[in-house]
Amino acid sequence: MAISRRKFLTSMGAAIGAGTTGALTKAYGATNQHFNGYPESFGVLHDITRCIGCRKCEQACNEVNKLDKPEKPFDDLKVLDQKRRTGEAAYTVVNKFGGTPDVFAKKQCNHCQEPACASACFVKALKKDKTGAVVYDESLCVGCRYCMVACPFNIPAYTYNDPLTPKVTKCTLCLPRIMEGKLPGCVEICPKEALIFGKRKDLVKIAWKRITDSPGHYMEHVYGEHEMGGTSWLYLSRAPFETVDMREDLGITPAPQFTSGALGTVPIVVGLWPVLLTGVYAISKRKEKIADEERKEAVQAATDLATTEMNKQLSQLKNKMTKEKEAAVKTEVKKALDATAKKAAEEANAAEKTPVTKEAVDDDTGNEEE
Amino acid sequence: MEFFTLHDFMTYSKGITYLIMGAILVFMPIYWLYLTDRDD
Amino acid sequence: MTKEKTIAEKQLFTPFNVIAGIIIFIGVIITILRFTRGIGAVTNLDNNNPWGLWIGFDLLCGVALAAGGYVTSSACYVFGLKKYHSAVRPAILTAFLGYALVVFALHYDVGRPWRLPYPIFYSPGTSSLLFEVGLCVFLYLTVLFVEWTPSAFEWLGFRKLRAWVLRLTLVLTIFGVILSTLHQSSLGALFQIAPSKLHPLWYSGYLHVYFFISSMFAGMSMVIFEGTLAHRWLHDKMDETHLAEAEGVVLGFGKAASLIMMGYVGIKIIGIAVDNNWHYLTTGWGFWFLFELVGFVLFPAILYGMGSREKNTTFVRIAAFWSILGIILNRLNISVIAFNWHLPSADRYVPSFLEIGTTIFIVTVGVVVYKFIATRMPILYEHPDYKEHH
Repeated sequence: MAISRRKFLTSMGAAIGAGTTGALTKAYGATNQHFNGYPESFGVLHDITRCIGCRKCEQACNEVNKLDKPEKPFDDLKVLDQKRRTGEAAYTVVNKFGGTPDVFAKKQCNHCQEPACASACFVKALKKDKTGAVVYDESLCVGCRYCMVACPFNIPAYTYNDPLTPKVTKCTLCLPRIMEGKLPGCVEICPKEALIFGKRKDLVKIAWKRITDSPGHYMEHVYGEHEMGGTSWLYLSRAPFETVDMREDLGITPAPQFTSGALGTVPIVVGLWPVLLTGVYAISKRKEKIADEERKEAVQAATDLATTEMNKQLSQLKNKMTKEKEAAVKTEVKKALDATAKKAAEEANAAEKTPVTKEAVDDDTGNEEE
Repeated sequence: MEFFTLHDFMTYSKGITYLIMGAILVFMPIYWLYLTDRDD
Repeated sequence: MTKEKTIAEKQLFTPFNVIAGIIIFIGVIITILRFTRGIGAVTNLDNNNPWGLWIGFDLLCGVALAAGGYVTSSACYVFGLKKYHSAVRPAILTAFLGYALVVFALHYDVGRPWRLPYPIFYSPGTSSLLFEVGLCVFLYLTVLFVEWTPSAFEWLGFRKLRAWVLRLTLVLTIFGVILSTLHQSSLGALFQIAPSKLHPLWYSGYLHVYFFISSMFAGMSMVIFEGTLAHRWLHDKMDETHLAEAEGVVLGFGKAASLIMMGYVGIKIIGIAVDNNWHYLTTGWGFWFLFELVGFVLFPAILYGMGSREKNTTFVRIAAFWSILGIILNRLNISVIAFNWHLPSADRYVPSFLEIGTTIFIVTVGVVVYKFIATRMPILYEHPDYKEHH
């Protein structure tokens, strides 16, 4: 039993070691596998140097998606004095960044190649379509807003003031229009061709061509080519991207990979915990049993010892008593004999001392009747 | 079965994994009962 | 007649009942507001801060502090430490109510709560850690409910049903440990998807390990803390066994918690080393991080240690409350304080009074139900008719 328990524990140790190491390494949720995205997916290239901040894209988006009209009209350019983020009725915003001249940049859902929102969604309400669009299905959404936590670009908005049918809102890449062969609303209306629509792989090439054709004109970086594993919206800029509110510290790791380690540990726990815990239970039960048996043995041994001791003492006592009894009997017998002898001696003495009478002399029997 | 994105792959593989986890949780107690049936 | 009425009134309008009643009344009002005017009318949540107090406290702290259920039941039934037996039922009751309240709170936070069954029964998003959390919480709530039913059956006199359920104890306990490991850790893993939003001192690839390990001493601390409260307020409901075992439970968990907390401090430091984040420790956030780790984990761990060494239950009880504060601080740091740390202060989140009110309401409901059950069912004492069960 001892040998098999040791073997059991060693093999368990090895298995757990291997299992958890495998699960804790920051490898893909798929070790040694590589994913290239949908080959014919679309994208949009936003050349920030061409944006003039006219906000027509915002207007087109609002109209195409039949959103609520904002308080201030789209031609009110003073709105640009404040930094804005996307909102429930604003799938896209243009922001102004200081400089000479001012720099303007459009912001909207980047339709990531490995969307953090889709990875986070626990009802598959967000999905990456083969056209490249990251699509939201309102009919499934429970409203947990984990997608909003996950999005590194802080894009999704939520209709918090809708009590019964709240939903997540974000750019749809105008998927219905794309399916009809049309351009997304913002791309179509942009007067400066700051937005061009096409196959993502082509847009990457175009972007790099612009960079190499005009050395010094652009940052030597196509934002979105690799960020978070790549996005469908690509950006060119003259100013450093950080200065146009585009974070450069996001890294290239796709979002699903951040959680694949923890997610990978889950099935290992399910596979091994029953074994470990049952093992602990069995060991503790065994220890209890052994402790019980040892206690019983100890009690038994103590009882036996006590019994033996007691018997020994009893027999000793018995012997002693027997001896004493014999001695006592002997003493009594001796006493009796002594007494009898003494009496006889006394009588003999008395017979010698008393005068001898005729009757007494004649009669030598010693029988005196007096 | 071709997967274009890591997300699609993970959704699929984790889905199967969850089913296996369910099976393990059903099988293990049964197997334990088999092992301990003849114990005193 | 009048005398009886006065006595009845006296029993109904105790200070506890009055305060609880007021809180519940306010809570009902807030509930109506929430479901007629939306989450926005009741909370300070916005598009930059989609998760706030309800997730940070009601959910994260609620789940962490309900961990006493799996810790106590596994100590007693898996590890065979019989001295914790009298603590099992109170711990299971707390856990059951804790998780039930988490689900209750979720109905406020989530946009369409009637769709909560969707991820499990209709459209599982298996790539999501939130799916994993949801599935495990759902299953574990069921396990806890079943583990609680023997007390109810004893109260109701259903002998056969009770006996049948008790045969499942070991299986349920082990299943409970598995599920607890999974969802405690997954709640931490949720935040691993947003490295760009959580401050580097709190963000780690080990977040799921940190949450699991800290749930252990969170649970132990809650068992001690609640035991302390129960001794003060429900003493007359405790039987001899419970009273006799109490000190052993306090000292035993105190020692265990001390050890685990030391280990936790170690792996937190390892986490910093692995990502080479030492330089953050000398910043303002670094001070706050050390305030949490040293002030609310290391120090109570030492107090726990001193208390268990010197068999000083007062030290242990203080350390328990201190540790609970540390757990709350940790969960709030990760979910709302150090989360979105890079946003300008104008965009940061602070809970609204109605959010706080909802939280207080939910906790009060929990306390009221706990009191109801513990004063009527064999939780703090063994039912005289069923004393043979062990």
